[in-house]
Amino acid sequence: MPDESPLIDALRRGDEAAFAALVERYHGALLRLAMSFVPSRAVAEEVVQETWLGVLEGLARFERRSSLKTWIYRILINRARTRGERERRYVTASPVESEDDAAIDPARFAPDGHWALPPDRWDEGTPEKLLLNSEARKQLDQAIEALPPQQRQVITLRDVEGLSAEEICNILEISETNQRVLLHRARAKVRRALEQYLHSESRRVP
Amino acid sequence: MTCKELTELITDYLEGKLAFWDRVRLQWHIGLCAACRAYLRQMRQTIRTLGMLPEEPIPPAVRDELLERFRDWKQARGKPAERSS
Repeated sequence: MPDESPLIDALRRGDEAAFAALVERYHGALLRLAMSFVPSRAVAEEVVQETWLGVLEGLARFERRSSLKTWIYRILINRARTRGERERRYVTASPVESEDDAAIDPARFAPDGHWALPPDRWDEGTPEKLLLNSEARKQLDQAIEALPPQQRQVITLRDVEGLSAEEICNILEISETNQRVLLHRARAKVRRALEQYLHSESRRVP
Repeated sequence: MTCKELTELITDYLEGKLAFWDRVRLQWHIGLCAACRAYLRQMRQTIRTLGMLPEEPIPPAVRDELLERFRDWKQARGKPAERSS
């Protein structure tokens, strides 16, 4: 983790450029995260606004025990939860959602547990190429949006925003095992969405 | 370890939470099974793709509004905070 002390000091001093940089760096990530807690984009935008005000309010008391990023995410999640509960039950799904449990459709395995329909080899440049393609990105976004809220929150924090598993358990107040189960299911579904996309693409090429 | 079992253990493996012998068994399986090697790679590529998702830029109006709030905040605390500490 880079040393954030100079940034924090600058913010406390009232350095506007430092605040502008912070806002530009995190706004999109906060919006993405907020949308995993509340039912609409409009509410998510409001939550992000409130988060920034919360950051200003709390700056003097910030104790640097966590990274600035984790601290800001925590503020966001607290506000988003309050809002989510008010808007409706959105956040509080059952601890482990128990729909389609298998990472891979069982039909893809032979009775002995080996692949009957093995996965394709994806192109080495897959992430970069996919993300340049707007159709692929749309499918990816849709796959994330379609996840049950908790799975969406965990995969967003872990894989999109890069928080540690420990930080996520702390922020979301879930156990390590639960965190990993949610992550596992979420990743499996996103992988499946990419597979479907890449598969239909490869068939389009003669 | 079967391929099917491997697909359920893969997150624990990638998160570094698989117990020692399970890890050995998984790696042994990967060494021998091209399909599961492809699966592991797909999983890693999926994670990398997620990590590279571009974020929406902040709309200028929202940014300006926030900077204004920042100035308010600065002014509000500047007054009583004249004490030098």
